[in-house]
Amino acid sequence: MIKTYDILETIRMIQNECLDIRTITMGISLLDCIDADIDTACKKVYDKITTKAKDLVRVGEEIEKELGIPIINKRISVTPIAIVSAACKCSPVPFAKAMDEAAKAVGVNLIGGYSALVQKGFSAGDVELIKSIPEALACTERVCSSVNVGSTKTGINLDACKLMGGIIKQSAEATVDKACFGAAKLVVFCNAVEDNPFMAGAFHGVGEPDCMINVGVSGPGVVRAALAKYPDADITQISDIIKKISFKITRVGQLVGTMASKRLGVPFGIVDLSLAPTPAVGDSVAHILEEIGLEQCGTHGTTATLALLNDAVKKGGVMACSRIGGLSGAFIPVSEDAGMIDAAKSGVLTIEKLEAMTAVCSVGLDMIVIPGDTTPETIAAIIADEAAIGMVNSKTTAVRVVPAIGKQVGEELDWGGLFGCGPVMPLKQASPAKFINRGGQIPAPLHSLKN
Amino acid sequence: MRAVVSVIGKDAVGILAKVSTKCAEYNANVIEVSQSVLEDIFAMTMLVDISRINGEFATLVDDLAAMGDSMGLEIHTMHEDIFKCMHEI
Repeated sequence: MIKTYDILETIRMIQNECLDIRTITMGISLLDCIDADIDTACKKVYDKITTKAKDLVRVGEEIEKELGIPIINKRISVTPIAIVSAACKCSPVPFAKAMDEAAKAVGVNLIGGYSALVQKGFSAGDVELIKSIPEALACTERVCSSVNVGSTKTGINLDACKLMGGIIKQSAEATVDKACFGAAKLVVFCNAVEDNPFMAGAFHGVGEPDCMINVGVSGPGVVRAALAKYPDADITQISDIIKKISFKITRVGQLVGTMASKRLGVPFGIVDLSLAPTPAVGDSVAHILEEIGLEQCGTHGTTATLALLNDAVKKGGVMACSRIGGLSGAFIPVSEDAGMIDAAKSGVLTIEKLEAMTAVCSVGLDMIVIPGDTTPETIAAIIADEAAIGMVNSKTTAVRVVPAIGKQVGEELDWGGLFGCGPVMPLKQASPAKFINRGGQIPAPLHSLKN
Repeated sequence: MRAVVSVIGKDAVGILAKVSTKCAEYNANVIEVSQSVLEDIFAMTMLVDISRINGEFATLVDDLAAMGDSMGLEIHTMHEDIFKCMHEI
């Protein structure tokens, strides 16, 4: 018989410490939906998604009930639409609408993959897709978009950074009535991964099989509660405590993925070893860092504690599942983390510190609200800075900033739910426009030449 | 297939009887019971066989939880796999 202590520990983790499975994401390839006629292609996209994912939500809910653990999101990622839409030679917005309708039909809350991969330049379909992003995000509800502008192997496409600076701003402007929410569904990546189950950056890479189940785990509250029991432990012991708890969290991810894969008849891909916060009380990554010993997240010592946390989560999780992938690291989305929101409001957490934090964890400048009058060149330079960190450190980095149109520092944007609310954070005023307008490609770093 | 029924709350007369009667209604065979009362707090875990139950497992979960609510107890019924995966290597 399983020990009573273990049973009660699991129940406490779920009931009191917000342990959950953050997402079961079904990756679906749309390569067989390509057609020169956009209406035919969109119909194929809708039909394929609604066929493959018809049981996703039902199976997710079944598993949730059986295991007694919440599975917060059931989601879908698809092949980057720029590849699927290239042959149509027109605006790909109808694809976004087809994805949105398919997502609604099968009952998933978000669908990712309105994406383009342009790290080394633009191919057919890429520019059309990027330019259509503001409209696509404004006229759909559940579609998420991402663009990969750099990689360690290729360097950084500065023209794409420049383009995306404007696109982010336009996406916010096109959704002013929804608190600029369009920009919250748009991520710019360096070293994007092909099997990421987390939104808004999920897409189904071309190297992936036709259909796949990926799982993202969560549980910052569980880690914090475990640490709270050892107020006097030294930092090596802290690392060991995090490893043990992260093993347990990840094992549940592996179990849920295995069950979902079997019931849906779809291969199980990876578990993403992430600590994904929510704005709910007790579900914050910032509070873990504070439990380790910071008065407030964002102060000196934040980068070191986050590096330790991120590393220990991976070391604990790696033995708990068969295959690891996705982004696998602690997330630091400001608006989605109660501790980060407080730290940003009090001014202790600044964008410069967040940038440093992204060098040691997954994923990047995430869900950060910036002043509405920020120029596209400044947004492009933020993207270039973040991409440089990813390129040089051979890791994924990303930018998901939301220009709060008509708002300034001191005000905030509030989306509610899992997206939370964020205070407008101040940026530097000096212009990077000349750098951005040079265009071209930042060459790949020397250490990318590994062969 | 086996599930773990856990009951936590203030001690009272007949908790074990009521929970096992509900399990019997569903034809869920009780395999093992472990219980303790610490400072008036009752904690019981029960391993039950659910491979031949009448009706849906989800309904049993809800029924037991509702019975718990009416008695001021927390009753969670979960597949044993979640505990095994977390606590056994």
